[in-house]
Amino acid sequence: MTKKKETKKIVFQSESEMPVTAMSLGSMLYNKTGAWRNIRPEVDRAKCIQCGICWKFCPDVSIDIVDNWPVVDLDFCKGCGICAEECPTKCIVMVKEEK
Amino acid sequence: MKKVIMGNHSLSYGAMLSRAQVIAAYPITPQTQVVELLSEMCANKTLDAKFIKVESEHSAMAASLGASLTGARTFTATSSQGLALMHELLHWASGGRLPVVMGEINRAMAPGWSIWTDQNDSLSQRDTGWIQFYCSSNQEVLDTVIQAFKVSEKLLIPSMVILDAFALSHTYEIVEIPEQKDVDAYLPPFNPPHRLSPSDPHAFFGLTGPEHYFELRYKLQKDMEKAPALIEETGREFERNFGRYLGLVDEYLCDDAEFLFITSGTAGYTARVAVDDLRREGVKAGNLRMKVFRPFPFDKVRGIVQKAKKVAVVDRNLSYGHHGIFYQEVKSALYGRDGMPPVFGYVTGLGGRDITPGDFKEIYRLASSKNTPDEEIGWIGVKR
Repeated sequence: MTKKKETKKIVFQSESEMPVTAMSLGSMLYNKTGAWRNIRPEVDRAKCIQCGICWKFCPDVSIDIVDNWPVVDLDFCKGCGICAEECPTKCIVMVKEEK
Repeated sequence: MKKVIMGNHSLSYGAMLSRAQVIAAYPITPQTQVVELLSEMCANKTLDAKFIKVESEHSAMAASLGASLTGARTFTATSSQGLALMHELLHWASGGRLPVVMGEINRAMAPGWSIWTDQNDSLSQRDTGWIQFYCSSNQEVLDTVIQAFKVSEKLLIPSMVILDAFALSHTYEIVEIPEQKDVDAYLPPFNPPHRLSPSDPHAFFGLTGPEHYFELRYKLQKDMEKAPALIEETGREFERNFGRYLGLVDEYLCDDAEFLFITSGTAGYTARVAVDDLRREGVKAGNLRMKVFRPFPFDKVRGIVQKAKKVAVVDRNLSYGHHGIFYQEVKSALYGRDGMPPVFGYVTGLGGRDITPGDFKEIYRLASSKNTPDEEIGWIGVKR
């Protein structure tokens, strides 16, 4: 499963074009929140059994499955570590972000 | 069919006849019986609705919002502290444009603990973007629930149907229970333009930046401004179908009134007795009972008030450090307009103290002795 990578900012020019409430405004496509993270998950494909548990548990929908492998979307991953905690083979390790 | 029922059960019957599909509520005196009867109706299948048990009023409103977002017609009810606990979610309902209808039994806020009536609970929620109907009889409560669903679902704005604790909530009155088929003809099924659905997925209520938030609130206000005309239209349709008009205000001898009371809730019926007494004494009195407080019916109030020579607004509520809240609002509606009479404000009946016809006559005497209003609050019945 892959996510749509549309990042174009939606800006309505008039209230008449807008939905009646804050609905599908697409704000989370361009408001990237990955910078909040101070640790990031790294996947060791040698140990990964492609079970998809990390994909199911990620509370921010920041793990994609690409060709059966989990791929972390670092634009949105906040480094909570739930994927690493839940991984049955412990193939996901949280690594400190250092710049 | 006529039944003798209490105001709480008028709310329950209103929700039942409106075919509410989801009810999430948490009991609080004096509202408790509303929910008890609805849970019985759900259990014995008189009402085909999902009754969701929750652990607080905050959760009751949260569950109501979730249900409404899926397109279910949703009803809840509360009072006083329970309404205060819902406060955050009241904004979610209006901002989310979810037309939940809620019964709200006016009960004074603690401390000291009170189960008796005044309006500070609902008026504290004035600015949350809900339509507010203040009722004065059990019949009006039942009828207004049905009308409120129609108005709310058309505008996508939630409504509170408000009644006095004990004076209505636990008082038995004769109520005409409309036929289900007639209610069905008046109130079509809820079919919102947007809903939470797996077949048409949308992200709801996400981060909304300064480039969009302002417009969403502009749209809420613009739709709120459509409510007065819609309430009158649906009120006339209700009268054609059921024989009872449901308007923005209830005028009692206002046309030739020189001295006009402005009231709300059950005090608005007590005032009629005082108006009759004063008329017998030769005073041309009248009573304007405010039924709809939000949106404020500016045109209607101005049109009636301008015919009077003196106006007394009677509040069963108080904005501490200011005045009675209906008094503030009426003055604000008249400000800067030529030909408006002086308006005096009186506070009475806080915490469920009775408001009697004698109190209205005292208000008439006090207002007659003054030509211009001052900052002083007119206290009626306080022991001092």
